[in-house]
Amino acid sequence: MKVRAQIGMVLNLDKCIGCHTCSITCKNVWTSREGVEYAWFNNVETKPGVGFPKEWENQDKWKGGWERTGKGKLQLKIGGKLRILANIFANPDLPQIDDYYEPFDFDYQHLHNVGDTKHQPVARPRSLISGQRMEKIEWGPNWEEILGTEFEKRKRDTNFNEVVQKDIYGQFEKTFMMYLPRLCEHCLNPACVAACPSGAIYKREEDGIVLIDQDKCRGWRMCVSGCPYKKIYYNWKTGKSEKCTFCYPRIEAGQPTTCSETCVGRIRYLGVLLYDADKIEAAANTPNEKDLYQAQLELFLDPFDPEVIAAAKKEGIADNWLKAAQRSPVYMMAMEWKVALPLHPEYRTLPMVWYVPPLSPIQTAVEAGHVGMNGEIPDLKSLRIPLRYLANMLTAGDEAPVVRALERMIAMRAYKRSQNVDGVEDFEVLKQVGLTPNQVEEMYRYMALANFEDRFVIPTSARAYAQNAYDLKGECGFSFGNGCGGGESDLSLFGGDKKGVRKVIPVVMKD
Amino acid sequence: MNFVDMLLFGIYPYIASVIFFVGSALRYDREQFTWKAQSSQILDKNFFRIASVFFHVGIIMIFLGHFGGLVIPYEVWDFFGVTLAQKQLIALGVGGFFGVMCFIGLTMLVYRRLFNPRVRASSSVMDTLILLLIYWQLILGLITIPVSTGHMDGYVMKDLMSWSRHLLTFRPAEAVSFLADMHWIYKAHVFWGVTLFVLFPFSRLVHIWSVPVKYFGRSHQIVRRRY
Repeated sequence: MKVRAQIGMVLNLDKCIGCHTCSITCKNVWTSREGVEYAWFNNVETKPGVGFPKEWENQDKWKGGWERTGKGKLQLKIGGKLRILANIFANPDLPQIDDYYEPFDFDYQHLHNVGDTKHQPVARPRSLISGQRMEKIEWGPNWEEILGTEFEKRKRDTNFNEVVQKDIYGQFEKTFMMYLPRLCEHCLNPACVAACPSGAIYKREEDGIVLIDQDKCRGWRMCVSGCPYKKIYYNWKTGKSEKCTFCYPRIEAGQPTTCSETCVGRIRYLGVLLYDADKIEAAANTPNEKDLYQAQLELFLDPFDPEVIAAAKKEGIADNWLKAAQRSPVYMMAMEWKVALPLHPEYRTLPMVWYVPPLSPIQTAVEAGHVGMNGEIPDLKSLRIPLRYLANMLTAGDEAPVVRALERMIAMRAYKRSQNVDGVEDFEVLKQVGLTPNQVEEMYRYMALANFEDRFVIPTSARAYAQNAYDLKGECGFSFGNGCGGGESDLSLFGGDKKGVRKVIPVVMKD
Repeated sequence: MNFVDMLLFGIYPYIASVIFFVGSALRYDREQFTWKAQSSQILDKNFFRIASVFFHVGIIMIFLGHFGGLVIPYEVWDFFGVTLAQKQLIALGVGGFFGVMCFIGLTMLVYRRLFNPRVRASSSVMDTLILLLIYWQLILGLITIPVSTGHMDGYVMKDLMSWSRHLLTFRPAEAVSFLADMHWIYKAHVFWGVTLFVLFPFSRLVHIWSVPVKYFGRSHQIVRRRY
């Protein structure tokens, strides 16, 4: 047993209101620079839809993630090492920027300079790559917001696979939607790391954050294809790939990531998970896709088990980390209550950002009394979001774990409702879903009340002990390239344009 | 031996190699962040695959051919029973084939670099310059083929090999003497070829040093400790 610790995340989709605050704060902090205008380390998609970039879940098209070969070996879907290097001159599985969207800005200055005109002046769009006028904006980072675009296009969403009669969900009366905020999954078996020819991407041992070494990246762009979540972005300006950093400077200081801290709906949870690194390969190579969720659960270690604690200490995991692991909301939701599920476990990357599936209104049939009741709990088949759809997204198509999660959330509501409204303890409903009253009170505290200190249990890193503050004197902190060294100077023989400077294109007026 | 010949073919190559090696080493040490291939594939993939693969495969084979011709001593070829005339024939055939392949790819890439608005806007001056220079050098190289068919005995090739051998063994004066009476097209090709090495450390060409051969040897996953 080789114990390692990781900061994992859970997003409670039942409470996501789709406000995009996470995306915007992330954008402002990390990607408001030339070359990554199109990149959203965090984005929120309205599902069903093809998403961002278009059809990212369609791995027949983009070849992301891993697959089990006929011989039972784990291999990247883009191919073995030889095929990857053979494609280094032109990567056939690379999305074009239009698959994300062509970044644009508007000629705002025109509104100031226009002078007297007969007509209302308008600020027209302009490409941020070529600087040319864009007559029509064809796509954007959230083009499908609240079921935008036709169902004909949105139904290419691969989560509809095997959903019976998917076409009826195009009808107004039958339609459904949910929000899916997405960021880098900081996987246990990251495909991007395995795909990188330069060895520039790595997973941090101490907190599991996957980062790209900007100095080592040579821009071979295989990681973009390797990542099945399409959460690595090629910066066309610097020629290097970039990705979500899990706000590691904040995590090291014991603070939540920007997206989590600013979440208005308080849907995000951060906590330590202990896992057995020796079992990763076997777990990722589980023969049946539907068993991958269970295989990943078995990687996680019980933070109260004395054996685990001893093994963790042997690996040098600090006491404050072990203590945090015992209070981890992520562990509780994923392991104890089993209400959180991984996103697309069938990609075999063992993702570490998990999701609580959303409840949805029970359709009109309930009111007419046609809904079958399963004890206290309504038959989940009458939920507006098809179970199969959620299962395709969260458990490789296995509906049982999704049913368990949803039933437990319904049971929690039923129990608290009878407790508060009727003044009775409804133990029957809890027994039906296999929860104890204590567990359900905890669930209520974490998922309904969701206080800051319960949502974010982040131990500070060992940085304060390991670093000599004297050596850091006069350093320049987080910066580009060579930091305060030569790379930033105007007079460099080697550099190109200065980084991160947006060219302002003056508007030419024609009468 | 005139002064200009001595300067261009006896002294300039040494200056170029110092810039090439020292410049590359300095940039690798000082400017890791700028060390990259600077692909623009993401901006426009139209015909990019065929263009880039033709160009790269062509130019790598041409490079290997030049290496085999100019650096491997002709005694080695002799040992394997390859006569000068045969060697020239091989060089013209293989070089011609990959030269044309490279030319097709490079023509497409040059067109893309100059006339695709996205690629044009994101190119630095050096990006465009180095591409045009390689294009120019390739065209010069292709022109040497018909010129060479005028003398199929292989002795002009042997002179060029002697030039590089004497340069590599630090005998510039003798080296230059082999080039003195050569057709101007060869001289031009040599001059621009050497110039490419001068610009190498300041351009995106540095990615050539970083051929990721180590990828074959490493395990899939990489874990690093910060402290």
